[in-house]
Amino acid sequence: MAYSEKVIDHYENPRNVGGFDKNDPSIATGMVGAPACGDVMKLQLKIGATGIIEDAKFKTYGCGSAIASSSLVTEWVKGKSIDDAVKISNTDIAEELALPPVKIHCSILAEDAIKAAVEDYKKKHL
Amino acid sequence: MNYFALFNLTPSFEIDKAGLAATYQQLQKLTHPDKFATASERDKLIALQKNAQVNDGYQVLKTPLSRAEHMLELRGVELQHEQKTMQDGAFLMQQMEWREQLDDAQHADDPLSALESLDEDVAADIKRLLSELGALLEQSDDESNENAANLVRKLKFLFKLRHEIELKEDALSDF
Repeated sequence: MAYSEKVIDHYENPRNVGGFDKNDPSIATGMVGAPACGDVMKLQLKIGATGIIEDAKFKTYGCGSAIASSSLVTEWVKGKSIDDAVKISNTDIAEELALPPVKIHCSILAEDAIKAAVEDYKKKHL
Repeated sequence: MNYFALFNLTPSFEIDKAGLAATYQQLQKLTHPDKFATASERDKLIALQKNAQVNDGYQVLKTPLSRAEHMLELRGVELQHEQKTMQDGAFLMQQMEWREQLDDAQHADDPLSALESLDEDVAADIKRLLSELGALLEQSDDESNENAANLVRKLKFLFKLRHEIELKEDALSDF
């Protein structure tokens, strides 16, 4: 299967790989996995006092599309409010990366990672 | 398609492997295209379809994980692997750690034994989950079915990981 140029670019030069201290109160951690392919994704957001995402890092074990999807969302969420970040949908991601139908679940994984991270942040700041 | 019925078995997670293999040989012979060389085109086609079902059924039934998935399908449980993401934090954290260990293993002093010890841990977890799965599948209420589906999802991560460990081991032994 041929990957799109954008997928290859993110795969070869992934943005924002790494992590933050998950116990830091300003850090939100989203862990998600895709049973279909066994991919595991960790997305961490550094969120400022006003609810703006200041930084994002990811670590993904999976195929090129899963890595590209998570790399892309770390770029997209920076500067967004958490309310706007959860509006990023898997179709936005799949469209940007020109993912074929069999790889749509990778974009679903990235969307759910944002949601899980925001959920984690809200739990920390009840 | 109920593959248990095709193999004349009662749906169950525990199966008689030797019996399954023997029935498979029998059904294979009965439906083999060679037997239908002089039959009508219609009978040839039917035999070919049956033969394909027998092969698919054997593949599904002989492996514990796909056998469990098939049992759940027959009970009307939608597994939705494509749509449903796993969100169990503790389980995923463990998966992350194991995958990090897998990456680190090749830089260890003795990569093969590092891989072996990781493989043992993963294999032990697979064994534990398969036995839980077997117990759950003996029930058939909605809650047990949902818990069984969840275990099937978890096992998919573990089998994938085990496969990746094997690939690394093969690559290392290729010298």
